[in-house]
Amino acid sequence: MTDKIDMFAFLSRGIGRRQFLQGAGALGVAAATGLQSERAYAQEKTLNLLSWPGHADPAVVKPFEDKYGVKVVAKEYVGGENMLALVNQSPPGTYDVVLSDAEYVVMLRDGGFIEEMNPADYALDTFFPEFQKFPGHWLDDKLYSLIIRFGYLGIAYRTDALTAEDVASYKILWDEKIKGGVGFFDWYLPSMGCLSCYNGNKSPFDIDAAAFEKLKETVFSLKPQTSAFYSMADTFASLTNGSAKAIPGVGDWITLLLAKDGVPVDATVPAEGGIQWTESMSIMAASEKKDLAKAFIQYMTSAEGQMASALMPAYNASIPSKAGWEKLNADAPAEAKRLRMTFTERNVMDEYKDGKIHIRKTPVQQDIDTWNEVWTEFKSL
Amino acid sequence: MDVTPPKRSRPRIDRFAVFWASPSLVWQVAFFVAPLVVLVWMTFWRVKNFKLEQDFIPDNWIRIFSSGFFYDAFLYTFWMALVAAVLITLIAFPAAYALAFIASPRTRTLAIVALITPFFTSYLVRIYSWQIILAEKGIINGVLGLAGISPVNIIGTSTATMVGYVTLALPLVLLIQLFSLSMVDKRLVEAAYNLGCGPLKTVFKVVVPSARVGLVIGGTFAFLFAFGDYVSPLFLGGSKPPTLSILITDQVKSGNNWPRAAVVAVVMVITLMATLTVMSAVAYRRRGGAR
Repeated sequence: MTDKIDMFAFLSRGIGRRQFLQGAGALGVAAATGLQSERAYAQEKTLNLLSWPGHADPAVVKPFEDKYGVKVVAKEYVGGENMLALVNQSPPGTYDVVLSDAEYVVMLRDGGFIEEMNPADYALDTFFPEFQKFPGHWLDDKLYSLIIRFGYLGIAYRTDALTAEDVASYKILWDEKIKGGVGFFDWYLPSMGCLSCYNGNKSPFDIDAAAFEKLKETVFSLKPQTSAFYSMADTFASLTNGSAKAIPGVGDWITLLLAKDGVPVDATVPAEGGIQWTESMSIMAASEKKDLAKAFIQYMTSAEGQMASALMPAYNASIPSKAGWEKLNADAPAEAKRLRMTFTERNVMDEYKDGKIHIRKTPVQQDIDTWNEVWTEFKSL
Repeated sequence: MDVTPPKRSRPRIDRFAVFWASPSLVWQVAFFVAPLVVLVWMTFWRVKNFKLEQDFIPDNWIRIFSSGFFYDAFLYTFWMALVAAVLITLIAFPAAYALAFIASPRTRTLAIVALITPFFTSYLVRIYSWQIILAEKGIINGVLGLAGISPVNIIGTSTATMVGYVTLALPLVLLIQLFSLSMVDKRLVEAAYNLGCGPLKTVFKVVVPSARVGLVIGGTFAFLFAFGDYVSPLFLGGSKPPTLSILITDQVKSGNNWPRAAVVAVVMVITLMATLTVMSAVAYRRRGGAR
């Protein structure tokens, strides 16, 4: 594994009085024993995670860190292609665990970046049956990834601008009353996926040339309605400050937190259908800390880890573990109700069973580049 | 009488000057020239399965130059930067003039401190502050609402992007103009007045030509900043339409397509170099009558 050289790294970290004194002490020790052993120790005590933002939040990983005496350090990305790029351009061994969307697991496997996992090592039997053998995670009947959390993508909207009836169909996106108020999360896959649902494609990502051309027309026709194209943080900001009245291709992961803070927003899966996103964890094949990586995934799939993941401060999500649901309902019933993960009312699993939800995939009949170019062209119109 | 021409001595190398100039020279070669060479080289590479592979193919150039969105982005970026340069120069000039010719030394010093202060705060934070001000439910619309005026949509427009450009470059341009105007020989201004030149005519016939270098360089800096800016077009303009810097990130984040991003970057570097050359010529050209 390649050592990172950063002479000015110390400038990027906060420092308190205690750390200052510890640092001064360490300097003395380093002078006596050499810096090399210190660096090796730091490496040994770190679990490197490649993930979407927020997954190394202390609210999620602290119990694991305390138990194993390690620090979870995350390199964050936005978008599956961005994740693949980082995996490809990083020296082997840079990351121990990768959190990817389910549709990218096969590419990680084909690239030799992740290794096969032993199902017996994980509490799969505590998962809902729908998620025990999740498509895309089992390849050639071998397990390569474990689903950690999921959510649905449809339309996120401001409730002071639109009603639940308004957003029952994607048609609202073309409505005059939100002209200039339709925002987009700047990632082609979920945005175009939802619009593909609107076009009536049974498999939104597996469409022929004619359907793709129609999808292109549908996407382009939204240009007069568009407010802007948002980064992840800006998606939250735009719904909060009212710049966006509706955003297709996003869902609860945006609105749950905002609604909790009093922002008048909600999310729905329109009648034409929605997309399911999933975040799954795999062990990197070149990791030198595979046991630690396995322990981390065991923690994240445990009831405790699942509850922490559902309530992750960056963005909430649904969890696939029934044991996690039970713990959430016992320890934080109000949160379980807010996240629609109670056993007594209509919950997210019921919505899953409704059949309106399509699992997100990378384009099947076209290449990623082709979809991406349409998206770039749309932005340039 | 000795008419033998004096022996031409070889120009001596000023080792002292070379010694002190070498660190910046080495820095420029290592961190500008060398990366630029790599950047140009990379435009001929290929990406396979999200992995960069060394090659020598023209495909990336062909792909970018045959995409309509590239020309749209180039023209939009260029015009926005040009308008920003002119606008910022015009906004800065009256203030710089007042500080250089009218303000007391104490006021001038305070103004310089005030102009330097924005550099102590993060540009990104300043842009986020503008989001709060310009948003539909932001401060401006709040004030308009109190006056009974319906809200205006500023965020996600070119106007918002321009506000960001002005935020970025105005303090620096104003400082450059101020220092340049401070160097203008005040006796020339007095002479113009004594010869019956009115205030406006004095400004345009005496002050502006005398401070031409600073004014042009200030405007050029504004252009350079705006042309390469990523933050304002993204966070205020909402990537609508994308500028060249956004196009670069789009190429990288969506498919690790560094070679295509490199093509866009090389075009940007060439444009900036050409602009700098033209503007330097404008700034330092001799006046017609002085030949």
